[in-house]
Amino acid sequence: MTDGIHDMGGMHGFGKVEPEENEPVFHAPWEARTLALNRALGYTGIWTIDQTRAGIERLPPDVYLTSSYYKKWAVRLENLLVELGLVGADELKAAHALRPGKELKRKLTAADVPKSLSRGSFSRPAQAAARFKPGDRVRTRIIHPATHTRLPRYARGRTGIIEALRGCHVFPDTVAIGKGENPQWLYTVLFEGRELWGEDTDPTLKVSIEAFEPYLEPA
Amino acid sequence: MQLRVRALETVLAEKGYIDPAALDLIIEAYETKIGPHNGARVVAKAWSDPGFRRALLDDGSKAIASLGLINRVGDHLIAVENTPKRHNMIVCTLCSCYPWEVLGLPPVWYKSAPYRSRAVSDPRGVLADFGVTLPSDTDIRVWDSTAETRFIVLPMRPSGTEGWGEDKLATLVTRDCMIGTGLPKNPREAA
Repeated sequence: MTDGIHDMGGMHGFGKVEPEENEPVFHAPWEARTLALNRALGYTGIWTIDQTRAGIERLPPDVYLTSSYYKKWAVRLENLLVELGLVGADELKAAHALRPGKELKRKLTAADVPKSLSRGSFSRPAQAAARFKPGDRVRTRIIHPATHTRLPRYARGRTGIIEALRGCHVFPDTVAIGKGENPQWLYTVLFEGRELWGEDTDPTLKVSIEAFEPYLEPA
Repeated sequence: MQLRVRALETVLAEKGYIDPAALDLIIEAYETKIGPHNGARVVAKAWSDPGFRRALLDDGSKAIASLGLINRVGDHLIAVENTPKRHNMIVCTLCSCYPWEVLGLPPVWYKSAPYRSRAVSDPRGVLADFGVTLPSDTDIRVWDSTAETRFIVLPMRPSGTEGWGEDKLATLVTRDCMIGTGLPKNPREAA
């Protein structure tokens, strides 16, 4: 989902940031289990990171705003597993498997945990030469796809400068909806604060996003 | 939630999708091995070793891999340096992207609506929530982590630390100063 509640940059009304002193890594045992379940299931290859992000973004706004981070993860896990037919809602209710599991590509064993903790690689060979180079002026497109995108709402239709080319990467907008990795060039695009937020903005503010080439056009 | 997550784990284990022993090890790693102490080592080395600092700013993933931390960091870890003229701050407005390998799991506030909404439009206001005030002419650069690139802030080395070794320097490096919502500890307080 593109224009969802998750796309928070620039919204008002959420109040102050409240850091917690000496915050524990997890606030309850179930949070730790939820994180570990996510990692272990991600390892099996049943979904991509962008499918899981889209799974969070599809939560209803009231649920999104009132659920803790790990609660969102847990609910997202249940939803995706049921959608994929790997688990039945009746099984979650019964708290036991009622049918045998399906065959998965691989399963995370204790021995493989250390290597599973490394971040995956999203770099892919380029399909074409990069369209932009550092220093180029670009404008972000105004897009509102009903599906997943990583171009935040506050940075659409804005003019900025290509600051760096970051290589060619898996394209979230297509991989999230099962339309393939479709690798695209990725750029750091720099905006003046005033371009994003108007004339009254603090003149010392600059904001960058990481933008895939299809989000950009020459300016 | 405890019961709900336990039910989920039971179903997944019974169906053969997960091994609970692997889950235990994942949790142990995030509770004990993967945390901001790794990032602090990176920063302390950059403060001490000009060659490493240059390598870090040039290619963060490669430079950090050379330190032999427990995990391979992603292909695109980017270190951004604070200077007297520029202060960097990291956010993910769309979800919670964060350099887990060097900073561990993100704190609750990093994933919260107040931080994600305001970091890109009012970073000085956010800094005030953390008790940090910067000179009014310092440029504030906010990095929105909208792809698989990850960022770590290389803060300025505090004055009064001349002659300090890397281990001692690392004690000044807080998690928040590597996100950009804090500054390193005052050496007089830490000593």
